[in-house]
Amino acid sequence: MVRSDARAAQPASMADESVGRTLSNYATQTLAVAAAEVEKLRHDPLELFTRAVQPALWLLLFGGVMAQVRGVSPGGLPYLDYLSAGILAQSVLFVAIFYGISAIWERDLGVVQRYLVSPAPRSALVMGKALSAGVRALSQALIVYLLALALGVGINLNPLSILGVVAIIALGSALFSTFSLIIACIVKTRERFMGIGQVLTMPIFFASNAIYPLSLMPAWLRAVSRANPLTYQVDALRALMLVEGASDYGLLLDFGVLLGATAVLTAIAAKMYARMGY
Amino acid sequence: MIDNPVQSPAIDVRNLTRRFGDIIAVDQATLAAEQGEIFGLIGPNGAGKSTLIKMLTTLLPPTSGSATVAGFDIVRRPAEVRRRIGYVPQLLSADGSLTGYENMLLSARLYGVPRAERAHRIARALARMGLSEVADHLVRNYSGGMIRRLEIAQSLLHRPKVLFLDEPTIGLDPGARETVWDHVLDLKASFHTTMIVASHHMDEIEEFCDRIALIDHGRVAAVGTAAELKARVGPNATLDDFFIQLVGSKTETEVERGYGEVRRARRAAREHG
Repeated sequence: MVRSDARAAQPASMADESVGRTLSNYATQTLAVAAAEVEKLRHDPLELFTRAVQPALWLLLFGGVMAQVRGVSPGGLPYLDYLSAGILAQSVLFVAIFYGISAIWERDLGVVQRYLVSPAPRSALVMGKALSAGVRALSQALIVYLLALALGVGINLNPLSILGVVAIIALGSALFSTFSLIIACIVKTRERFMGIGQVLTMPIFFASNAIYPLSLMPAWLRAVSRANPLTYQVDALRALMLVEGASDYGLLLDFGVLLGATAVLTAIAAKMYARMGY
Repeated sequence: MIDNPVQSPAIDVRNLTRRFGDIIAVDQATLAAEQGEIFGLIGPNGAGKSTLIKMLTTLLPPTSGSATVAGFDIVRRPAEVRRRIGYVPQLLSADGSLTGYENMLLSARLYGVPRAERAHRIARALARMGLSEVADHLVRNYSGGMIRRLEIAQSLLHRPKVLFLDEPTIGLDPGARETVWDHVLDLKASFHTTMIVASHHMDEIEEFCDRIALIDHGRVAAVGTAAELKARVGPNATLDDFFIQLVGSKTETEVERGYGEVRRARRAAREHG
């Protein structure tokens, strides 16, 4: 009516300018949510160290024992090398999958309402949250890298490979944290979420190539694992992180699966996140 | 409704209704607030004040009816509404694990305050609310009154046309309450901001609001100035008398508390109302 007429009458250059401003606002709003997360970690970094315990136990105990078993060298890799990429993916998964808890916590406090009454698009908020999970996950990656180096794993320190690992970790944590956010929007209480989080994490982890190759699995489990995005994340990590690592499915497919799944989940989460304000 | 930001009332609510299953939280509410007005919402716990505010701030879609805020329809143009409003919820909205300044910065970025103006506007808003000294302290160490002032400061960065304050003085001692109100009045005088205030404190509602609506069982039971409402009861009636006569129960009082207690109090208030 009156407004749409006024908009139609705008010269094209002005419309272009406003598209540019909308995009730059969108980026600012997304990054603002992630920046707040970085600041929180800076104020209270203890969590980063306590979270390091779990990957350390997996690598030292589980990896230490399994490395003694003769003939376990999937893809020609020493088992500890093979495992380190899987454990990196695992720590990213564990950080991300419980991210919904913090969303529920923020909802109970009222912080979510502040996000939702702002003009920031819901998808920018969801992506900001996904990036925040990536920030935490990257700190995990640093710890796993240090542990793996100390254990003599053949880590590829080529800057391009490291950049690739960062990208995969960011994507993987965005994927699983957004998934977690969707579940949080559905269950709405921390108690219920804790139960469901446990139930989800284990199948995602074990029905993947994180700690053993798909070739050892019965056919049905192999099919499930092929549909599990974590498998593609681990596959890409093995190729990028290890000197002697190689991808089974091709990095293009790995990135494609992770990107596609993240995009779909972000679209769903953006619709559901609004319900956190009810 | 036609979107017309210039001439329309600050809020214009028509037959707005929200159901939760069988419960009707807001029932055919109709009211309007003029630009620059401080408009009070009173009513017992669970009367529907917060639900009404949540619909007007676009947090909750209405079941039926319509409303415009700052000239824009809340259902058809929620993004335009959000750009023009500030909201200080009953719950704690400042993040305790960030400093006051970081909370402000987050808001400035979410509201698209231009980069070049951010630092200046944040400093001014913090100074206006008397928080400059504690800007770099973590909010979890603030008193209840300081948190409220920070939340108001946050919701002012983008210079809203309409500011919604849901129980702005809940959990504050009388001194802190007075400070909050001083700031609210100052905003009205400086920027002609329209304010919609829900409160249980009859004394402050009477003292500071231009007009008042009594909400009971989700309905707008009465609208008018404090004098008009009191006159309905009798010559020497107080606003409390009016409230008790229409609703049949007394209002409550609050005492000053810290972050943890304010959090619990506001959570409890939300769960019960």
